[in-house]
Amino acid sequence: MAWQQPMDGSHASGSKVAAADGPGTQRTQYPYVTGTSVIALKYKDGVIMACDTGASYGSTLRYKSVERIKAVGKHSLIGASGEFSDFQEILRYLDELTLSDHMWDDGNSLGPKEVHSYLTRVMYNRRNKFDPLWNSLVLGGVKKGPKGEEKYLGMVNMIGTHFEENHIATGFGNHLAIPILRAEWCEDMTFEEAVKLVEKCLLVLLYRDRSSINKFQIAKITTEGATIYPPYSLKTHWGFAAFENPSKGAVGSW
Amino acid sequence: MVLSIRSRARFYLPPYCVPALIFFPKTHSISRNKPKPPAPHCHAAGDAAATVLGPPVSEKYLYKQLKDGRVFQVEYAGKAVDNSGTVVGIKCKDGIVLGVEKLVTSKMILKGSNRRVHSVHRNTGLAVAGLAADGRQIVARAKSEAANYEKVYGEPMPVKELADRVASYVHLCTLYWWLRPFGCGVILGGYDRDGPQLYMIEPSGLSYKYFGAALGKGRQAAKTEIEKLKLSELTCREGIVEVAKIIYGVHDEAKDKAFELELSWVCDESNRQHEKVPDDLVEQAKAAAQAALEEMDAD
Repeated sequence: MAWQQPMDGSHASGSKVAAADGPGTQRTQYPYVTGTSVIALKYKDGVIMACDTGASYGSTLRYKSVERIKAVGKHSLIGASGEFSDFQEILRYLDELTLSDHMWDDGNSLGPKEVHSYLTRVMYNRRNKFDPLWNSLVLGGVKKGPKGEEKYLGMVNMIGTHFEENHIATGFGNHLAIPILRAEWCEDMTFEEAVKLVEKCLLVLLYRDRSSINKFQIAKITTEGATIYPPYSLKTHWGFAAFENPSKGAVGSW
Repeated sequence: MVLSIRSRARFYLPPYCVPALIFFPKTHSISRNKPKPPAPHCHAAGDAAATVLGPPVSEKYLYKQLKDGRVFQVEYAGKAVDNSGTVVGIKCKDGIVLGVEKLVTSKMILKGSNRRVHSVHRNTGLAVAGLAADGRQIVARAKSEAANYEKVYGEPMPVKELADRVASYVHLCTLYWWLRPFGCGVILGGYDRDGPQLYMIEPSGLSYKYFGAALGKGRQAAKTEIEKLKLSELTCREGIVEVAKIIYGVHDEAKDKAFELELSWVCDESNRQHEKVPDDLVEQAKAAAQAALEEMDAD
């Protein structure tokens, strides 16, 4: 262990691939085990985040009990879609970051804005080295700021694009959930209203996204801290007339 | 994975390292009437170190061990520890309590500054006695070791292992002429799979596991008090009060006026995390300690 190397948590330069890359080496990665969409929105008391608990291995729905939303420090929640192993690595970086922050013990703690900023830097720098962390991360939290308790919700993706919004969806959620959120989100929803809206989006994703499973987790973050609820299922309805005799009007070759 | 201490030292010059002596005697002078050479340049520790490390007389250099086996520089470093505010650590049945008598040298100093008890990992804390700047270096090194261990092995560093590494590091600085020993002793307390553990590391690099340990000015009196306690039956809540009583009791009102009491614990109550004792409990402990002092004075 070199004496001079500062072992601080912000040293997340990530990839240990040698700088001297020969002509035959590849840097682009493929995601192997991936999580699908994450949905999040701000509500009255804080931020609510939800996703399913599945991780696919290509087209196989391989892992069915995966927690893709985690608490970060005292003030934030992080949710990820994309390569699950990269998410685990990001969690490790965040763990180092929050630990060294915690050990200062000076009354300050990292809020969601700071964590979002840190993640943006990490993701962007990795993409510049052609070695991205193949994730879309959703960062939500509540922290006391100059204007009182400030809610924060933002997103970073694998190429380093980052923004802050009132409602976020990643993956397929971008196409299926965002239109619903844009139409029905309003300022200061109660927790129950927020859950209803989120469940509406999750249901649409369940029907239409082939890599989602019927097992969801909702998490919320408020001034009291983070709560990640146990997984549950949504009721689906398949009793449509068109499903009754599916091959009725089919034209077959034999 | 761990390079041997010798090879590490040969290749790297740690940034903190202070050449303790500039002056080199060319010959062994038999005459005792030589004029005293100028004091060595001590960049980091300043004048305090020059007095602590002793006047640069030939036989007191670090690399020379005298016929009786003593290494003077290490002993002088110990004197810095002995002159500092008292540091007490006890191992209760459900955790560790660390307490420091932080002597306040000036009314201008902000309350809560110059921390003497540091968290070194989630479940481990370090209390420093002696030269504060040297202590900071040890804390930084311990933090670095603990973080690296977790990175490599995926689990928090066992307290025994951390104590070992810190002791090796402190000892390292007693081996080479171009390094000076740390002028501080350290009490390390942590809670891991093997339960709560307390270690004390002295400037010589000696490290033992303790039930109760004390460093600094009032260590003799503190040790006597600790021995009176039934530590195996004490919970940390009670332990805090005992430590406060010991420190208040040991504090010399005549010589040093003001002091701040810094208390920290790792116990089941704190979820096995090392943290400062909550303010309300500290106030309770202080009140109990002051009451006990008044009782003693009243006798």
